[in-house]
Amino acid sequence: MAKQLIKGNTAVAEAAIRAGLQAYFGYPITPQTELLEHLSARMPELGRAFVQAESELGAINMVYGAACTGQRVMTSSSSPGVSLMMEGLSYIAGTEVPVVLVDVVRGGPGLGNIAPAQGDYNQIVHGGGHGDYRMIVLAPASVQEAVDLTALAFDLAEKYRTIACIMLDGSIGQMMEPAELPPMQPLKTEIPDWAVRGAVGGEKRVLTSINLDPPAQEVMNLRLMTRWQEIEANEVRYKEYFIEDYFIEDAEYVIVGFGTAGRIALSAVRAAREKGIKVGLLRPITVAPFPKDVLEKLTDQVKAFLVVEMNSGQMLEDVRLIVRGRKPVEFFGRMGGVVPFPDEVLTEIHRLVEGPLTTEGHPRDRWLARLAETLE
Amino acid sequence: MALTDVPTKLIYERPEVLDPRVTHYCPGCTHGVAHRLVAEVLEEMGEVENTIGVASVGCSVFAYNYFNIDFVEAAHGRAPAMATGIKRVYPEKTVFTYQGDGDLASIGMGEIVGAASRGEKITVIFLNNANYGMTGGQMAPTTLPGQKTTSSPTGRDVERQGYPIQTAELLATLQGSAYVVRRSLHNSREVRRAKQAIRTAFEVQRHNVGLSIVELLSTCPTNWKMTPVEARDWIEERMLPVYPLGDFKVSSAVADLEI
Repeated sequence: MAKQLIKGNTAVAEAAIRAGLQAYFGYPITPQTELLEHLSARMPELGRAFVQAESELGAINMVYGAACTGQRVMTSSSSPGVSLMMEGLSYIAGTEVPVVLVDVVRGGPGLGNIAPAQGDYNQIVHGGGHGDYRMIVLAPASVQEAVDLTALAFDLAEKYRTIACIMLDGSIGQMMEPAELPPMQPLKTEIPDWAVRGAVGGEKRVLTSINLDPPAQEVMNLRLMTRWQEIEANEVRYKEYFIEDYFIEDAEYVIVGFGTAGRIALSAVRAAREKGIKVGLLRPITVAPFPKDVLEKLTDQVKAFLVVEMNSGQMLEDVRLIVRGRKPVEFFGRMGGVVPFPDEVLTEIHRLVEGPLTTEGHPRDRWLARLAETLE
Repeated sequence: MALTDVPTKLIYERPEVLDPRVTHYCPGCTHGVAHRLVAEVLEEMGEVENTIGVASVGCSVFAYNYFNIDFVEAAHGRAPAMATGIKRVYPEKTVFTYQGDGDLASIGMGEIVGAASRGEKITVIFLNNANYGMTGGQMAPTTLPGQKTTSSPTGRDVERQGYPIQTAELLATLQGSAYVVRRSLHNSREVRRAKQAIRTAFEVQRHNVGLSIVELLSTCPTNWKMTPVEARDWIEERMLPVYPLGDFKVSSAVADLEI
């Protein structure tokens, strides 16, 4: 199929349909709304389920119900709406039913604004809902990648009976780019054995997240965590920008950034390379499971890391857990819906090269101290 | 009574769809009666193998243990949303929620109003016992003025704590509600009427008319601190004036149904 110029939100919606989306439930919120709008037209046209819910609470619980039937189901929202969905996500995780969630992240906290941000990282990657659970989190950096990851999200959610979240920065959701959509896949015809369908022949299925017996609940928690280990072993995805063009595998400095921040950092890396600075980029595509092994390998190789995010350094903590003070880590972030320019990142690269570098203290404190100088 | 007086002909037995086990419900509680009525209706309609139930949070949280049908368990108040999700995937299946008054009329009011306004083809069995039973008898939106509960120890003061919600009357105002009635489980005559209403509610769903809901006034002797007999009388004397029995919405399409 040929490429077409298409908006990120619309592309994800259409990619979901082509991946066999059977039922969608959502609620309007900027900057996600085109996703819901596209599906409101396409799903009924195809004889599939679409409901605009009374709230995000309603939407996630409709998704929960539909997921119990074993069909491919999805909801989408943006940051404040996703906060409302956290209750349902915990129940879905506890019931072990597959769901795809799209979070088109905007500036916060609170009502915030509708500009692109990455402030949902902690809520999405490190929980948000109550109890012990994880979800797979995919962070695309382009419309094409968002399309590709949508199909993957459904496959992963089903394979591991878990939630797969596409964490789409508002910028990717709102941006129009050329992208190639996959061909239409047929709808699933097989229903998994665990799914409710009516107790034919007295064979009854009950899907619940309640377990009043603590040891039994612990077993259930262990099952979730064992499955997460399996996900960590098999599903890590990332992109290293070292070997394309002049980015030979010689990086002395590595920027770590996901989604839009990673993409902007790439422009800065290219500019720095032109100046002869040996810098590369690691862009996690799965921020959960986090690409620990490659970061571990890079820790041996490089002089220092720079983490770039559109938040106050949330993924930064995951990077520091791997690097563990063995190499200097610096941080640069913009918040509240402000998108950094490549030049700003380039300035940070120069600062990294010029030094002094330290493994002492916390990179966020140094970043805030530099901001204080700027603000004075 | 001499042994010869024992009838030899079986005239009434446990519906097969009800699991033969002891329930966790308190003595004198009418949840068991409501379960039985739903079970009998589903069997009589031949819908047992075609039904998916949605349990709620409250005393009936373990309803799925007693019915031999497929069940899911919703978060507090969200059963109508979950039922919507299932019904939209399986329009040909019978989907019902079983909810109490704290679940449906307090935390879940948004979900039930949304489902009713959309005219979801689901059936709602709604038990109103004027308090939060499972957590130990706190004030619910349905608690009567002056009624003492563990969170309104001097009696519900409407100036500070508001007024009871008449759920059936409220939901009857929505166009998507096809069948909205209130019945009671406090005596055998009303139990029979309740069963008829439950049957009609499931027929409404079978004929794809719209949302059907049966509100059932129920006893809670434990939290009301009464004997089962006193609890029955309390429904008659105290609840009926606030929650009159009746049909609050029977859409013309429902009236035309031949049941």
